[in-house]
Amino acid sequence: MTVTEAARDVARARLDETVGPGEPWTHVLAPGEVLRIVDIEGNQAVDTLLYNAEDHEDRYSAADTIRAQGNIFLTTGSQLLSSEGNVLATIAGDTCGRHDTSGGACSAESNTCRFGHHTRPMHNCRDNFLHGLAPLGMGKRDLVPNINFFMNVPVTPDGHLDIVDGISRPGAFVELRAEMPTLVVISNCPQLNNPCNGWNPTPIRLLVWPPD
Amino acid sequence: MPELPVIPAGTVLWEETVAPGAYWTRVVRRGDTVRIVDVDGAGAASLLAFNADEPSERYNAPDTVKIQNTILLTTGRVLFSDLGRVLCSITGDTAGRHDTLGGFGNAATTLERYGPGRYLELRNAYHRNARDNFVAALGRHGLGRRDLVPSCNLFAGVAVEPDGTLRWIDGVQAPGAAVDLRAEMNVLLALSATPHVLDPRPTYAPGSVRVTVWRGPAPAADDPCRTGTEEAVRAFENTAALFSSPEPVVHA
Repeated sequence: MTVTEAARDVARARLDETVGPGEPWTHVLAPGEVLRIVDIEGNQAVDTLLYNAEDHEDRYSAADTIRAQGNIFLTTGSQLLSSEGNVLATIAGDTCGRHDTSGGACSAESNTCRFGHHTRPMHNCRDNFLHGLAPLGMGKRDLVPNINFFMNVPVTPDGHLDIVDGISRPGAFVELRAEMPTLVVISNCPQLNNPCNGWNPTPIRLLVWPPD
Repeated sequence: MPELPVIPAGTVLWEETVAPGAYWTRVVRRGDTVRIVDVDGAGAASLLAFNADEPSERYNAPDTVKIQNTILLTTGRVLFSDLGRVLCSITGDTAGRHDTLGGFGNAATTLERYGPGRYLELRNAYHRNARDNFVAALGRHGLGRRDLVPSCNLFAGVAVEPDGTLRWIDGVQAPGAAVDLRAEMNVLLALSATPHVLDPRPTYAPGSVRVTVWRGPAPAADDPCRTGTEEAVRAFENTAALFSSPEPVVHA
């Protein structure tokens, strides 16, 4: 695992806000801008989707991203590719070490399968993504497999896959440098039924710096 | 290699051969089975699946691997939609594994691996790719780029090393390898007979894919796909509700 940390002056950030657990967040990054996502208390999954801000049908492609880098984990240097083969963003800094893009987002529906029908009313990332995209005229057809920052989803040699306790820690962060105008939609995951949030969803801090 | 049971006489609804590099799309009704055969052992058959009655519901690779806790798709596993329901059950399989992590190739990846293969020089032997095939296939149904999601790649083996490295597994392909997918709702299928994007072989060599839709027997009470796990049981309860099952599932 590669752990890198770039020193950036918080006072120079053009945006600095806290997003509570279970909340959506939508924002457009200009080319060269850097988004830092801080896992304030540790072990918080941050479900994230990216789109070409000028062509929303050109969007993050988990499969192309992992195929191009030959590895299922995201970390410093990972190029986040779009469905049309563009580099939407690059992971420019990472103090956690690796991030998931195989496990997808939680939904009311998948929760019923995984945890029981009684979990259907529970808050979930699907709802957050739909709320985050709706003001842009986007909807369910725009939801594709996403990134889960700070989430740990190992796959064993015999193919077993599981969502396990995170490897993140309080204050860990990841930085995305936009390589083109990029729409970012985040769901600060509200999942309570497995260890992806350490059984306790917590706030995240988001900062955006202008291009270096 | 084990073989799938012979399809009983009189049950075939439709049968055709998909040419190497071409695409195929069709609606398969709930309860019918589609047998897909890798005629030439090319390992070139990428599949997308949608709810034919409401195509915004579609195959979801992350839910398929997450809910079943495995990336190994073979007999007894199911293909999940993004709404907690089952699109298809894998009721038979001689290949042993199918990939759903690697996604599908496009014009750029095809050019990079195989070099130029334009229609200008090759006419209909030109190098087709899965992305463009899917756009053409889905376009027949009013669907398009927004409906492209990671595919299920039949007859392809991809493993993950402990450090996350993707590894292509040789030897999964065999001429005549076959998989049976039982439709658990009315499914819109789109298949691209193009090489897997991680297949390292340097020559562009897709193969023929035989597709047979047939009316199989009704699932038994102990059907392994439907009863294999608690998660599958609940997914089939969700699926039954879509069709107003005569024995509706009532949740307290």
